[in-house]
Amino acid sequence: MEQVYGFVALACGLIIGLGAIGACIGIALMGGKYLESSARQPELMNALQVKMFLLAGLIDAAFIIGTGIALWFATSTFLK
Amino acid sequence: MSTEHAAEHAVAHAPNAGEYVAHHLTYLNTTGHKQTALVDWSVLNIDTLFFSIAMGVVGVGLLWLAARKATSGVPGRFQGFVELLVEMVSDQAKGIIHSETSRKFVSPLALTVFIWVFFMNAMDFLPVDLLPRIWEGIYGSMGGDPHHAYLRVVPTADINATFGMSFTVLLICLYYNMKIKGVGGWIHELFTAPFGSHPVLWPVNFCMQLIEFAAKTISHGMRLFGNMFAGELIFMLIALMGAAWTGFNAPSILLFFGHFVAGLAWTLFHILVVALQAFIFMMLTLVYVGQAHEGH
Repeated sequence: MEQVYGFVALACGLIIGLGAIGACIGIALMGGKYLESSARQPELMNALQVKMFLLAGLIDAAFIIGTGIALWFATSTFLK
Repeated sequence: MSTEHAAEHAVAHAPNAGEYVAHHLTYLNTTGHKQTALVDWSVLNIDTLFFSIAMGVVGVGLLWLAARKATSGVPGRFQGFVELLVEMVSDQAKGIIHSETSRKFVSPLALTVFIWVFFMNAMDFLPVDLLPRIWEGIYGSMGGDPHHAYLRVVPTADINATFGMSFTVLLICLYYNMKIKGVGGWIHELFTAPFGSHPVLWPVNFCMQLIEFAAKTISHGMRLFGNMFAGELIFMLIALMGAAWTGFNAPSILLFFGHFVAGLAWTLFHILVVALQAFIFMMLTLVYVGQAHEGH
């Protein structure tokens, strides 16, 4: 049973960690581009902001789904 | 009253953390116990149905109220807010769907979807134990066993609800595909796009189209479900920190403090998630219907 606990802990760490890396890189790339483009064309800022939030949600989705699954694994294993 | 009830509850049977979460993740369905099969068409989740319909009535009712009292003169705050929403959605629709006749149906659809999903997501802001406790009381007073009084208040944290909506969007997309391109034109597109019209490529194209439709629909439903489910679960875990209270000792006070801070932080962040996911669901509905209008 201890081995299972160890594996679940490792798996949850990997799911959340790798997902976070991807989501953070994605958000960083997009946020940087957003700042660049709104510095270049400030009149587009509002239109771009809406699209940026939309994409932020899309980028975050896989990560949040992963976090939910990992939390579920963790709670159902450790909180028995 | 509530502490008394909790103490009584604890004496009878203290649920541990795992049981607490499992209890809160069980639907109130027509069979009365947890669904065991992965897919079972004979089971209806009564709580999901009730809260989604209730939220739909609330959302549509608010819009109706605004429309009924609308003046062409100086609008009040409520009317101004609703006008803001309607304008926002119709602006987005104009940018994505270029057909005027389709927009007459799709813009109101997107507005309804946005408000409905927002209200369903916003059920997450109620304290996780509020409605389940009330239901426990009602169920107990009706002669049922309070330990089996299951209730989940967030309809969008039920994959059946989100898939129901994303499949409806798929059906609307198929309808517009046939309406805009004609049945023949659409079948032609199914076999010749995206790679080309050479007969060798027909099966490949058809497989690609099937995968595209499946991926769009599944990711549409999963995205909303995943976000709301994870949010709900985190609220439960935060509630567990407060539930670990054993009296005025250092760990309990520390956990209670953590419970308060984490709960506040997550609720504030969740305001963003709730609005954003409703907006994304609406935008993707528009984008998918818009794609159905475009020939390859």
